[in-house]
Amino acid sequence: MLTQRLLLSDRGGMLVLGLVVLMAIIVPICNLAVPGDSPLHVSNFTVGLLGKFLCFALLALSVDLIWGYAGILSLGHGAFFTLGGYGMGMYLMRQIGDRGVYGHPELMDFMVVLNWQELPWYWQGFDMFWFAMLMVLLVPGLLALAFGWLAFRSRVTGVYFAIITQALTYALMLAFFRNEMGFGGNNGLNDFKEILGFDLAAQATRVGLFIASAIALVLGYLACRYIVTSRAGRVIVSIRDAESRTRFCGYQVESYKLWLFVFSAMLAAVAGALYVPQVGIINPGEFAPLNSIEMVVWVATGGRGTLFGAIVGAFSVNYAKTFFTTYSPETWLFILGGLFVLVTLLLPKGIVGLFDRFRRKGEK
Amino acid sequence: MNPLNRLRETWRPDQVFDLVQPTPTFDKSLDTKHGPILYVEDVSVSFDGFKALNNLNLYIDDGELRCIIGPNGAGKTTMMDVITGKTKPDSGSVYFGQRINLLKLSEHAIARGGIGRKFQKPTIFEALSVFENLELATASNKHVWYTLNHHLSGEQRDRIDEVLTQIGLTNHYQQEAGALSHGQKQWLEIGMLLVQNPRVLLVDEPVAGMTGEEVEHTAQLLTSLKGRHSVIVVEHDMAFVRSIANKVTVLHQGSVLAEGSMDQVQSDPRVVEVYLGE
Ligand SMILES: Nc1ncnc2c1ncn2[C@@H]1O[C@H](COP(=O)(O)OP(=O)(O)O)[C@@H](O)[C@H]1O
Ligand SMILES: [Mg+2]
Repeated sequence: MLTQRLLLSDRGGMLVLGLVVLMAIIVPICNLAVPGDSPLHVSNFTVGLLGKFLCFALLALSVDLIWGYAGILSLGHGAFFTLGGYGMGMYLMRQIGDRGVYGHPELMDFMVVLNWQELPWYWQGFDMFWFAMLMVLLVPGLLALAFGWLAFRSRVTGVYFAIITQALTYALMLAFFRNEMGFGGNNGLNDFKEILGFDLAAQATRVGLFIASAIALVLGYLACRYIVTSRAGRVIVSIRDAESRTRFCGYQVESYKLWLFVFSAMLAAVAGALYVPQVGIINPGEFAPLNSIEMVVWVATGGRGTLFGAIVGAFSVNYAKTFFTTYSPETWLFILGGLFVLVTLLLPKGIVGLFDRFRRKGEK
Repeated sequence: MNPLNRLRETWRPDQVFDLVQPTPTFDKSLDTKHGPILYVEDVSVSFDGFKALNNLNLYIDDGELRCIIGPNGAGKTTMMDVITGKTKPDSGSVYFGQRINLLKLSEHAIARGGIGRKFQKPTIFEALSVFENLELATASNKHVWYTLNHHLSGEQRDRIDEVLTQIGLTNHYQQEAGALSHGQKQWLEIGMLLVQNPRVLLVDEPVAGMTGEEVEHTAQLLTSLKGRHSVIVVEHDMAFVRSIANKVTVLHQGSVLAEGSMDQVQSDPRVVEVYLGE
């Protein structure tokens, strides 16, 4: 019955998840087992790229959950993504040990440069993977809880909410740029060596991370489906469509918004944590307000309020971005802006909606 | 307000965390021994200096069907806003039974506690089916974690079926609510109140925009509720009011102008003046 509810009743979602699973099986085989001169070989570069896209897809899912279903436009999800990334980055930094440039057994290189004598308290415990992963979930989750609590209980909505989330991510960016914060300033965290004892430079490890990202995406998708198909999910949609009616039905609207926001933030954080070991660096630039806006464009392009549309959007827009930034980097921002306008005007339901329209025409 | 109180007000945990919310135990302490179920006393509300309600006094008996009439802007909707917790009055008191102070409760708590409200403009969840609309409104545990993991019980489904029959939408239960006719939407909204098993129903202009047949059906529906629920109906349509009400209250400029049977009220010279002078 649960399969029926989560999967079978959601044809688009099944198709997209099927493709993700297929990709997670075929790409590793074609990368590791197929010889490099075969036309079926998938390059290491492509594996890395697709792995990144998988993380972005998970991130897009988190944005769609809150925007598409609850109607809350967050332009600050980059903050949760990046915080998750920093959590993983701190674990990876602690794994370097004395192999840093300065060879200090405990301190990071940037701490040595700052002349610090000992590890700050907030770096304690990050040498343990489980602790770091706990923090990856808890820190963004608690931030979302505190932030959401203040915002929702004051009934901040719409554009105002979007603006203060932008301010949140911007403030974090400024804070993390400062060297004294102890997160490596504008260089961020990088030069990672290994994860759970596996060499990060080895292709097998990279493929492992790719598969882990695909699994996280599938699980994240199912969790989101569980939420939106539950009675709570229908309450959330009702809040989006008729907030005061929902209130007068006896629901504490703020509480629904808050917990959904917290869950969404934690999902974004997981995406960030998977992203960092694959790209090998995390720096405050990831907090940039523009990044958070881009995520919303992915969701709008793919199709808002369907979940699988978010995955489609994340892949297609990022594919386009890779393409354009390789050939003419200056034009990307214009294309992004144009895309947003185009989608809003012509495709209110995104790419997914376009397919729907074709299918319905076909049926007629 | 002194700073300490203000601080306390800002951090009131029950505003957001429903886990620590005291569950309203309305029925236990709802005391209607003395007759009225709703006491509205000396309530005043002003918007930017304009007095929408001006020392309003209103008592509704348990099980009564009361109609409230009055020209546009008389404050009828504002009165409902005050009772349901949407607007906090500048002065006065509102009691549910003799003990429950409604001014201290938030909207969702008042709704859970047994006061249902239909808006002037029909508001239903257009994207959901008729059944899902009723499912959402149904009296049950409405906390986040509960609704995430629980389906309706058999009894609750039975209650929904019962209400579907009552509002005449049994054959439409799977239909998307947005596709219903105007009259059906109004009934669905009344149905959404009924599945909450409220003690008091506030119904704001239920027959606006309805056809004659629909008006008749609505009149039957509302009169059938008398006794089991207290019903307060705000309406402009005099013929409709005459067909359902035994007691009518006339509101004018935020306070009660006259009260009594329809005939008494209509022959009151002050009422005639207000309505003719409009
Ligand atoms: N939120 C508000 N802000 C300012 N004025 C309001 C507000 N709500 C109602 N009013 C005013 O209060 C008066 C009473 O309104 P209302 O209760 O809606 O009247 P009724 O429902 O009897 O037609 C009207 O003059 C209206 O303009
Ligand atoms: Mg009104």
